[in-house]
Amino acid sequence: MKKILALVEQRCGVILDVSLEILQKGAELAARSGSELVAVVPGNNIGSLAAGLVSKANVVLVADNPLLEHYNYETYSYLLSTLIKEQSPELILIGNTTTGMDFAPGLASQLNLPLITSCIDFQLTDGKLIGIRQMYDGKVNAEVTCAPSASYVVTVRPGSFPVQERVPLAGRIENVTVALKAPESTKFIESIEAALSGVDITKADVLVSVGQGIGDKKNIPMFEELAALLNATLSCSRPVVDKKWLPKERQVGSSGKTVKPKVYLAIGISGSFQHLMGLKGGTIIAVNKDPKAPIFGVADYGIVGDMFQVVPVLKEKVKALKNP
Amino acid sequence: MDIIVFVKRVPDTTEADIVISPDNRSILERDLVFDINESDKYAVEEAVQLKEKLGGTVTAITLGNEASEDILRRCLATGVDKAIRLTDAAFANTDAYALAKILAGSIKNMKYDLILTGVQSADTLQAQVGGYLAHFLGLPHCTVVNDMEINGSLAKVHRELEGGLEDVVEIKLPAVLTIQTGINEPRYVSIMGIRKASRLEIKVGGLIDIGLDAGSTGEAGSPTKLAKLYIPQSAKAVEILTGSIADMAGKLAGILKEKGG
Repeated sequence: MKKILALVEQRCGVILDVSLEILQKGAELAARSGSELVAVVPGNNIGSLAAGLVSKANVVLVADNPLLEHYNYETYSYLLSTLIKEQSPELILIGNTTTGMDFAPGLASQLNLPLITSCIDFQLTDGKLIGIRQMYDGKVNAEVTCAPSASYVVTVRPGSFPVQERVPLAGRIENVTVALKAPESTKFIESIEAALSGVDITKADVLVSVGQGIGDKKNIPMFEELAALLNATLSCSRPVVDKKWLPKERQVGSSGKTVKPKVYLAIGISGSFQHLMGLKGGTIIAVNKDPKAPIFGVADYGIVGDMFQVVPVLKEKVKALKNP
Repeated sequence: MDIIVFVKRVPDTTEADIVISPDNRSILERDLVFDINESDKYAVEEAVQLKEKLGGTVTAITLGNEASEDILRRCLATGVDKAIRLTDAAFANTDAYALAKILAGSIKNMKYDLILTGVQSADTLQAQVGGYLAHFLGLPHCTVVNDMEINGSLAKVHRELEGGLEDVVEIKLPAVLTIQTGINEPRYVSIMGIRKASRLEIKVGGLIDIGLDAGSTGEAGSPTKLAKLYIPQSAKAVEILTGSIADMAGKLAGILKEKGG
């Protein structure tokens, strides 16, 4: 029987959303092509977590081992390459997480398999893989094809296949007995969380969020004033943190915070997918001079224009509405 | 400590209007401004800071046509000691896998303790070269590094994870690290500095120098192929506010009041 293999990632006992997404997509493909979906779950003391996955895959391979407590390239790639050789799946699905990004290229080249990373969609027809992925700040989609292969590796961008209600599968659990060696060249020391100094953007009802379009740190006060007028909190996209214009705790996005405000006013933010990953719901308003900026693809309202002309007038209008 | 840093020249497309070429496999480069890839800029700064602290040399290497020499000059002006440009007709349409093979070949006779490159290039956003490179060189690697410290033959690095988390990992050198934006503050490079660097030699190498045959590079050596590019259609219809600045700002203030309460 043909197989599709999906890697399930968990952190502190919680399965990552993207893992549930690839399981769903994998189950769909498996049902259509009459293949079997095999979920691989690496970790330590993960028996109960794995038991919860029998409704989402035909086979759940549980790799429960103290050496898999934390991600390590050597142990992960050894485990997966061994399982892939045993199972010979025609497709290997991995989330395009920082972990997936770290081991997918090495794994694919060890096994001599074609790899397409960060796919937002893909098709496997008659043994041929086509992946759809984004390029150039999300302004262009690319169709990527592969040299014919018995098996392909795909990393899937988080959020590409939102999870829906599905008829549960009746999968079976199998324990993996791959003999792992302690890693030699890389050693896990600890996990740390970026320190917070008081501002919690996840609690705000209204966020005024700025991107690198603001041009300079000296422009920050202008947006702080706007935020104050709106009883809003000031947040930002990654480049603003990289340039040290605002601290990390203000960052919205996959490597920053996930926010659910009532209103999100994005100023000078182009809307990279990493940024949009951190934005869940609410009314999104974008001010940007580039009408093709991806932020307009998710916004409810937009102004195409120069923020330095719009924001001063906006402040006056907001004041006028407060004190009619 | 001898460090090699791989860099790429990419177009800045954040505010640019993108036009797809008639071949549907590339974008038109006219009207686009090119610069060193953002995360590579941080990788170069990190390499130069390490050299300033620990001694040794930094070599910057890129694959590209003559126009790519401007980013190598920028590297030299930043404090990089040697610059190499790889070019060959056989490199056309090389994917990330074959690119990493070329890059690995280009340093086979060099001495190094550390290899750095950016997390991903801003044009293709694949984040593959670092992992492939480590595989071809038989070296350990860590990707998405946002902090690092060298202790003798070990590096202590912070790997950026999702949601503000980081893993601290110790890795044996030599190793390949992919550097994330924000790890340092890239120094300002003056026009004067770049002009001065223009007098320095940029070594040019091709297929013969890296010891690969043409079949391992270009389309023949690439397991993946960029078949088609297209502009995606947006799924959601945004309401664009129109009128004068005052009109737009007035409408926006009303929406903010209504939706934000």
